[in-house]
Amino acid sequence: MAVRLRTPLGEEDVLNLRAGDVVHLSGTVYTARDSAHRRILELAARRELPFDLDGAVIYHCGPVIRKGGGGYEVVSAGPTTSARMNRYLEGILSLGVRGIIGKGGMNPGPFKGRTVYFAFTGGAGSLAAKSIKNVREVLWLDELGTPEAVWVLEVEDFPLLVAIDANGSSLYGR
Amino acid sequence: MLVDAIVEAIRLAVTRIPDDVVSALRKAYEREESGVARFNLENILKAVEIGRDGSIPVCQDTGTLTFFVRAGVESPYLRGLEGAIVEATRRATREVPLRPNAVDVLNGKNSGDNTGLFVPVVHWELVEGSEIEMAVLPKGGGSENCSALAMLTPGEGWEGVKRFVLERVRECGGKPCPPVILGIGVGGGADLSLSLAKRALLRRVGERNSDGRIAEIEAELLEEVNSLGIGPMGMGGKTTALDVKIEVAHRHPASFPVGLIVQCWANRRAFLRIKPDGGIEVWQ
Repeated sequence: MAVRLRTPLGEEDVLNLRAGDVVHLSGTVYTARDSAHRRILELAARRELPFDLDGAVIYHCGPVIRKGGGGYEVVSAGPTTSARMNRYLEGILSLGVRGIIGKGGMNPGPFKGRTVYFAFTGGAGSLAAKSIKNVREVLWLDELGTPEAVWVLEVEDFPLLVAIDANGSSLYGR
Repeated sequence: MLVDAIVEAIRLAVTRIPDDVVSALRKAYEREESGVARFNLENILKAVEIGRDGSIPVCQDTGTLTFFVRAGVESPYLRGLEGAIVEATRRATREVPLRPNAVDVLNGKNSGDNTGLFVPVVHWELVEGSEIEMAVLPKGGGSENCSALAMLTPGEGWEGVKRFVLERVRECGGKPCPPVILGIGVGGGADLSLSLAKRALLRRVGERNSDGRIAEIEAELLEEVNSLGIGPMGMGGKTTALDVKIEVAHRHPASFPVGLIVQCWANRRAFLRIKPDGGIEVWQ
């Protein structure tokens, strides 16, 4: 049975989750890949980050976007390989992030006691896009380009697997 | 018109997963017992349907567009073909749409239309005759990052090939979106081995090398890769690879190069033929 959660996530929301649980996530997620992570950490160090990541969920994703009707539409948006972001993990989690969505897994250590790693199926971008209802905002599109920009997405019942839980249990490498 | 046909081939490749790949994915789904493996394969099969029915890219990583052209030297359509490929890439990026994936290596600036220095990638092969055949392979970055080259000593031989491939696949785990398809090129030097490995991905899943000895190694390696237990998305299971494809070239006596190209489950491809009378066929 799936657990339903809504962002922002609190500590109690994530500490009870166990690797293997299915979560249906609703609310806001922020896409971020390599360049966006660097930028977020630079701006946060200068206290100039234009959004609040306390309780937030970061999605390792570079979507296919269609422009039209005065806004943006997400066409396909599956997860990208999370391991590339291992080097930024500690910094990002220290900003209060409570969930990371990606594929392939990450170093489990930094998740202990505070955050979970949600997996969605890599390559299933057309299916993931069905859970994305709206593009609320996009940051740094001109500088970083479509795949690397931060897309602020509204999701509804996004079906995710808890792949690394806050106890350090992981579905990877068993 | 030629550009329209190339745009169509690109659209076909990114929105429709070939039947042989889908049927291998269905078989994998039936074979898996764990809930987690089935969650992933079920999502994959759903995504394939949504892509096909809505004519939208199945995976958001529409890759680096790579074209393999076998150009008949007497074809009247050779002139301008490279320009048509570049133009079709720009149009497909807008119209399909594709994700713009071409980034300047020095300043990280995205060109916005999937073109740039040496991209789209075009491999040319000149052949006799007056027909042009080309394949488009949109290759994703996550799986490409697991590709590798090994310069083995001849003494390590085919056992060395197996060891290298198994080690690399184990090390990559869930990163390249398993179940993967492995393209392996052996011989020919460092550059050719990798090029052969990528070309091997154009073969249908289940289609063995025409040389029975190589076919046997493909089947053995497939079984060994699947016994690693990495499973769909690296979360455990019986299917780590859908297939293994090996292409070979003669080698230098001192060298035993092995190129490995790792392809995610979305083994996308489409083909196009330009006949001497200007007729064009597009298929998958």
